[in-house]
Amino acid sequence: MRAISIIYRRELGAYLRSPYGWVIGAIVLLIDGLLFQGLVLSGGEQYSAIILERGFYYQSGIPLFAGVLLSFRLLSEERQTYSMVLLNTSPIRDSEIVLGKFLAALTFLGFLLAISVYMPILIKVNGKITTAQIVVGYFGLLLLGAATLAIGLFASALTRNQLIAAVVAAAMVIVMCFIYVLAAKVDPPLKDFLDQIGLFWSHFHNSFEKGILNLRDVIYYVATAYFFLLLAIKTLEAKRWQ
Amino acid sequence: MIRASNLSKFYGGKRALGPVSFEIKDGETVGFLGLNGAGKTTALRIMACDLRPSGGTIEVGGVDAVAQPHEVRKRIGFLPENPPLYTDMVVTDYLRFAGELRGMSKAEVKRRLPEVLEIADLGDVASDQIATLSHGYRQRVGVAQAIVHDPKFLILDEPTRGLDPVQIVEMRNLIHDLKQNHTVLISSHILTEISQTCDRLLVLGRGKILGVGSEQDLATSETEIRQVTVTVRPPSSDDPRGQIRTVLAAVDGVKSVADPYEQGGGLAYALETTKDCRADVGRAVVQAKLDLLKLDYARSELENTFIRLVGGADASN
Repeated sequence: MRAISIIYRRELGAYLRSPYGWVIGAIVLLIDGLLFQGLVLSGGEQYSAIILERGFYYQSGIPLFAGVLLSFRLLSEERQTYSMVLLNTSPIRDSEIVLGKFLAALTFLGFLLAISVYMPILIKVNGKITTAQIVVGYFGLLLLGAATLAIGLFASALTRNQLIAAVVAAAMVIVMCFIYVLAAKVDPPLKDFLDQIGLFWSHFHNSFEKGILNLRDVIYYVATAYFFLLLAIKTLEAKRWQ
Repeated sequence: MIRASNLSKFYGGKRALGPVSFEIKDGETVGFLGLNGAGKTTALRIMACDLRPSGGTIEVGGVDAVAQPHEVRKRIGFLPENPPLYTDMVVTDYLRFAGELRGMSKAEVKRRLPEVLEIADLGDVASDQIATLSHGYRQRVGVAQAIVHDPKFLILDEPTRGLDPVQIVEMRNLIHDLKQNHTVLISSHILTEISQTCDRLLVLGRGKILGVGSEQDLATSETEIRQVTVTVRPPSSDDPRGQIRTVLAAVDGVKSVADPYEQGGGLAYALETTKDCRADVGRAVVQAKLDLLKLDYARSELENTFIRLVGGADASN
């Protein structure tokens, strides 16, 4: 736990110190703000719950896009710049390295999401939605981000080349988001399976986005994050001390 | 003590090291000497628990490095060829991070930090971002992270790589200071570096140990073949070159006399000898009423030994 905390503090500091984290944050929030102004608030008079739902739909781009950008370099950069040797020759476990980095990225992503909270607050001030709807939506965004970060971290553990790690991470996230297209073309039970492992439509679009908290969806995101973090740890173990 | 027994490492099907066996006693400074690809870095990385050996055993301070790598990692400070630096960090923050990673408490790191900054002579740049430091300072920060937890064993892989002559002297002095409190293992392919810093040498070639011992041990363990260069002012005779060659060839211990080349107003002859016969050569030149301008070894003892050992390894492969 102590090693996780040490690595967590360093990684979070790296996001806050370097322009990289801030540039990603600024770009993501700018695009999200433009979409909110241009698409969410357009279309004349509507129920505020519908506007909020549409807002969360576009806001889901924050964890998906920023999640990949914040995670793909976490391990590959360490290898590319040789700083990984410091971690490898220190008395710490691979799981502690992965978890420390994951939690730091999740914290920074949570910070970016928190900055975007003015959008649903604007809807609440001018319409009729409950605080619970906003909290549930943001909880879903954070879970979606956790799963995306774990996928990116796994891709980062695969290679020392940051570009390849970024491409692999983005490809995995895109495939997992649009796997419903493939599900529509196959028969059950494979169809049900593919539907259920989809990252976005089955577990965010149909529940969190509408302000519905479903335990099944929470478990899905936690399990997905756990699965890919475990893969990242095992990959690191295979590469370290080999 | 570090004890390696039949240690080997394969990358795929290619052998990088071994099987080799050696012992390093506490307090020693041992140099791993060899050409590029000799297996020096592989051996050091195994000792630092950065690589798992393919075969054999390695004990560091009585602890099996394969069975208990974390225990060994606590006792070892490692400076790899490329210092493992986070360039976005300030020097002191980085050293705090490295110390805590090695299991030190915040209070211990706080107490130790001024000492480490002084040893590595980093006081002037303690508050600077690592990205802004020169290569020499970065190398010093690399050494500082290796000693921050006061390890018993210190492993330095090519510590003078890429440094300018002034920085090399500074690094040599730093290593000399570190020898007082640590068992130090250094790898280098620079002969003078090793001979000036280490008590004992371990010569590696193609993954095997070619020789172990002090510089003197290694030099005397083989048939002594020395090279002497003598520069003589040419006499005003019909055949000055022939005259000098005859004088030099007649000296006891001189095996062959190479063709001369002009140097500093004289003729320089490289002599291959079977013993240290500089005095005899000097005496012969003076007795022949020739002007002796310069007399020296063509190569250092260690260079001769190294080339002989490594050359032997190449020939046997």
